[in-house]
Amino acid sequence: MIAFNKYYNHFNLLSSALIVVSLLLLIFKGLNFGIDFKGGTLIELRASDSKINVSSLRDRFNQMDLGDVSVKKFGNDTDFLVKFENKDNKKNIIEEIKVNLDKSFGNNYDFRRVENVGPKVSAELLKSGVIAISLSLALMLIYIWIRFEWQFSLGAILALFHDVIVTLGVFSLFSLEINLSIIAAVLTIVGYSMNDTVVIFDRVRENLRKYSDIKIFELTNISINETLSRTIITSATTLLALLAIYFFGGEILKGFSLAMILGVVFGTYSSIYIANTVLVRLRVSQKTVLRENDKK
Amino acid sequence: MLYFSKLRILFVTLFSVLFILIASSNLFKFDDSFFDKKINLGLDLQGGSYLLLEIDNEPVIEQKLQNLTTTIRNYFKEKNIKINNIKIDNQNIFFNVIDNDKQSVLDVFQDENSDLNPYYPRFKSHQLEIGDTGLNFKVNFSRQGLIKLKNSSQDQAIEIVRRRVDEVGTNEPNILKRGNNRILVELPGLDDPMRIKSLLGKTANLTFRFVTNDENDRFGVEKLKFENGLEEATVSKRIIISGENLLDAQPKMDTQTNQTIVSFTLDRVGAKRFGKATSTGIGKQLAIVLDGKIISAPVVRDTIASGSGQISGGFTFQTATDLALLLRSGALPAPLEIIEERTVGPDLGQDSINAGMIALAIGFILVIIFMFVKYKIFGLITNVTLIVNLFILLGVLTLFEATLTLPGIAGIILTVGMAVDANVLIFERIKEELKDETNNIIAFDGGYTKSRTAILDANITTLLAAIILFFMGSGPVKGFAVTLGVGIFTTLFSVYFIARLFTSIYVSKNKDKEKLI
Repeated sequence: MIAFNKYYNHFNLLSSALIVVSLLLLIFKGLNFGIDFKGGTLIELRASDSKINVSSLRDRFNQMDLGDVSVKKFGNDTDFLVKFENKDNKKNIIEEIKVNLDKSFGNNYDFRRVENVGPKVSAELLKSGVIAISLSLALMLIYIWIRFEWQFSLGAILALFHDVIVTLGVFSLFSLEINLSIIAAVLTIVGYSMNDTVVIFDRVRENLRKYSDIKIFELTNISINETLSRTIITSATTLLALLAIYFFGGEILKGFSLAMILGVVFGTYSSIYIANTVLVRLRVSQKTVLRENDKK
Repeated sequence: MLYFSKLRILFVTLFSVLFILIASSNLFKFDDSFFDKKINLGLDLQGGSYLLLEIDNEPVIEQKLQNLTTTIRNYFKEKNIKINNIKIDNQNIFFNVIDNDKQSVLDVFQDENSDLNPYYPRFKSHQLEIGDTGLNFKVNFSRQGLIKLKNSSQDQAIEIVRRRVDEVGTNEPNILKRGNNRILVELPGLDDPMRIKSLLGKTANLTFRFVTNDENDRFGVEKLKFENGLEEATVSKRIIISGENLLDAQPKMDTQTNQTIVSFTLDRVGAKRFGKATSTGIGKQLAIVLDGKIISAPVVRDTIASGSGQISGGFTFQTATDLALLLRSGALPAPLEIIEERTVGPDLGQDSINAGMIALAIGFILVIIFMFVKYKIFGLITNVTLIVNLFILLGVLTLFEATLTLPGIAGIILTVGMAVDANVLIFERIKEELKDETNNIIAFDGGYTKSRTAILDANITTLLAAIILFFMGSGPVKGFAVTLGVGIFTTLFSVYFIARLFTSIYVSKNKDKEKLI
């Protein structure tokens, strides 16, 4: 049996530090919002001429007075991602750009993807993203409250907050782009982390009923160990699937799968080291779950 | 938990085979219409354009209020009530009356059978709201009135948008209302949306009006620019004919001048008015105005009584074709703005499908190897179940003709990774049971029973996340929610019916074997 409980305090400190750092990052550095949430235009471009590279593209686009332009390689050497804010929300901007690029590059390039999100839509998307995440957290809280006692509910929710905040913190730290698919990833993380926590909690509750003489400090450790191989196997298969998406699923899914990979790692960690420690700190005992039974 | 009746075995087999058949209809062709369904590919996979249009209702409201001032004035004139200083300001109509008339004006607006101010009994609201301070009145659209107005302009706009898109002839466009002032246009397989975008961006408000030098024209005048943006002309506000009078418009080649022109035919009313105007206006310039710009302003040389004519204006064949198309499909009630556009080229879509399939195959193989190494015979059972699960999932998506997007494929891969969770929970529980239970059957039974709540809880939480995503997400993300959500149900089915069936067969054949798992 692994003595997870020996490190409860250490990891609680670490988690608190992670949360604080993440919050500071989120407040002071902020998130790198993509055009979905900031508005603007995105062009994925494939070149068939080696003259077309990041610097020549940047030169071209900067001459066009589009505001802030970012040009990046996208996947392989011939693909580029160009983003700009399209400040005046010009209507025929794509046509203008084509005409302009034709002048320097002929037709040795091809627009593979064009996305243009107006300021109104991006504000709405951001709002609905925030609502979706808040709503999912609230629903999880309610669900777990119905299924368990409030101490469990609090533990699970703290673990969820930890996962969401730290994942976003990593995105902020490395300035990774936040777009619609990241919101989907965060929601899935919420579901996954909850799933992982619930399995351990289910066992904790069962053991609480079974043993009246074991303290919660020991009991959580027993429960974690009993469910440990399941935790490892499920995390492993989920990570295998996600790694397959990350490495082979194409550029578009990279951010999404990365967020999910981080989320699975944090989710697994938080189920053990946050959700359970809340139970310990709240001195959950056999009485807690028996009372729940009596009510029914 | 381990016992299976013959009936249930039959049911599970039939059910699985049915969905595998439905799923395989994506690869083969079936003659039967029930089986011959296919998963729709989202725009991000098959390529195409997604356009979100917003109707700018301001001009419509402005126009309605304009008309309303005339109606109000005339209406009360008939009743011998004098309306003074009527004017429009900031979407309100202001006017005042003399003391004696105040109550009668209020009565007209507040009467439920008023023909000036329609009453909607369903919403307990009038079309217009009236407020008064002393003898000054303020009239504006009520909330319901505005909603009605927006709905009707949306209805008209969507009809025009549909006609224009149909005229261009893309395959299976999807045109839907969003809210009460937006229209969603999905154009699968359209590589270059520029033409459609420019067609949808035009209101196509066509009018024929005389060019005048008389600043005091009875109908008012306005200065309009020519299409080329250089010249200007003063044009009367009196409309001779408008787009509504057109029966048909076609691009043609003028054999005399060798120019591309748009020839048009007028309806009876239009023909009559056009005839009259051309007979009285010989020698004058008739401006052809489209969306506030003059296309051309030819001099009237002859009375045109035939009800047909032509527009020239230095068109290329393409611009003439587009103008004719716009005129045929009619004017939009209000300008449209493209507020969101997402276009994916077909080759990127194909690349995404390939990448998604490779990722699915690799993820699948990795999970299968992992499970086999970890659980041997029971890993094999899990793997067979996983394959059947994948087919059932595809079958359900096919049956409902769901739209598969790139994030949707990611959802399927994720389902593969998470689907083993339930089986792992069960197997691990069985291992624990076997520690103090020697009877294999009892231990397996206990493993299934005792892991049930954890499995249910775990899946419900994921399902909740998927449901929220489905309702809040848009386009591709919705596709992810669908595969993730459906995946939960197919997983539970395959774990509790298929995997359990195999397990029960294996266990009852080897019930005396030690170290079964």
